[in-house]
Amino acid sequence: MSRLEDAIAAGRFVLTAELLTVNAGGLDAVHERFAPYEEYVDAVNATDNTAAHAHASPLAVAIALQQLGMEPVMQLVCRDRNRLALEAELAGAALHGIENICCLTGDDVTAGDEPEARRVFDLDSIQLIATANAMRNGRYLSGRKIDPAPRLFIGAVENPQAPPVGHRVDRARKKVRAGARFLQLQVLFELGPLERFMAEAVATGLAEQAAILPSICLVRTAKSLRYIDEHVPGISVPPAVIERVERAADPEAECFEIGCELADAARRIPGVRGLHLISFRREAGIARLCGRLGIPTREERELGGDRPPVVV
Amino acid sequence: MRPIAVLEAAVKKPVWGCQMCGQCVLHSTGMTCPMNCPKTLRNGPCGGVRPDGHCEVKPEMRCVWVKAVERAPKTPWAHEIDDIRQPVDNRLWGTSSWVNYFTKRDKVAPKGWRVEA
Repeated sequence: MSRLEDAIAAGRFVLTAELLTVNAGGLDAVHERFAPYEEYVDAVNATDNTAAHAHASPLAVAIALQQLGMEPVMQLVCRDRNRLALEAELAGAALHGIENICCLTGDDVTAGDEPEARRVFDLDSIQLIATANAMRNGRYLSGRKIDPAPRLFIGAVENPQAPPVGHRVDRARKKVRAGARFLQLQVLFELGPLERFMAEAVATGLAEQAAILPSICLVRTAKSLRYIDEHVPGISVPPAVIERVERAADPEAECFEIGCELADAARRIPGVRGLHLISFRREAGIARLCGRLGIPTREERELGGDRPPVVV
Repeated sequence: MRPIAVLEAAVKKPVWGCQMCGQCVLHSTGMTCPMNCPKTLRNGPCGGVRPDGHCEVKPEMRCVWVKAVERAPKTPWAHEIDDIRQPVDNRLWGTSSWVNYFTKRDKVAPKGWRVEA
């Protein structure tokens, strides 16, 4: 059982983070990206060509993470590989003892720097989850046996703020029916959509069937907030948030404050099982945020020192 | 293309923008063809839908799944929108989904596919 699966099964507060993309530099380059927050997280996501830009492959980065003693979550998107290649990545991951898999549709090729590329989408994310689940039960999609069956802990993503918002919990439920056991949500800069999503997830029982982890993204400038709002598919930044940073005497500190406020509010929403943290800079923002919110280190959480995030 | 596929294309292309995938699910997706999604997603919208409900890839087009979710409740097959649809059989492109429906060829899933619709 992976550390992430164990933490979720035990009902502990779960913390994952997203590794900045890697293009070169060997294991050192991988290590320096997670070293600042190493002690806090249960696992780190190895991304798959984020925003349709080519980088070192998720399987290669996941293996590197594991060699460095950090548990990986290998992301797989449907944009760049047909079903044979996706199944090969899953079998390859399991071969190296990588269990945590996060299945995504993927941004379109037009969001990247090689928009002339052919998009694949041979499977959609739900079919990819079901395929991974079939493999976990010892069969490729063809029905051919895999013996022994690979150990996989399958997750997915969902975006509570993208239309049709009223359908997002239904879609998440499909993912859970297909085999997902954790859901890392898209980055949010406002709480409304998350609160509505979680209320429905709790009411329908979804929050008990899968561990739901809202994502918090730390940025440093109003410019990056505006860039995210305009260019990152599926993420909106409310104008009030951008104005607040622009008006601040110290915009970087203000961005950090906003991140802390969002993270603190998100972890208190009923049904939330943990957080997924993203920082676009190689600095200690994630560790500082954990310190500020009083989130115990992973070791402390495992030893039962987890403090409930609810103010009494 | 066989005559029946030609007829099917002639009827369905102008009305639904049929792509002739040969495994039609139109009735279960609010009479909105998911193969018009640039990512050909058959199980729901991606996370990139714009705040105005338009497509991430084609900003001028409303997301087919925004339309599907809107229209499905008005059809007799409303609940089928929550079905999990099996992967596309790429051998069926250009064939008649009418024929494949009656021969049940369009229901043939990969042997390892174990999801209840």
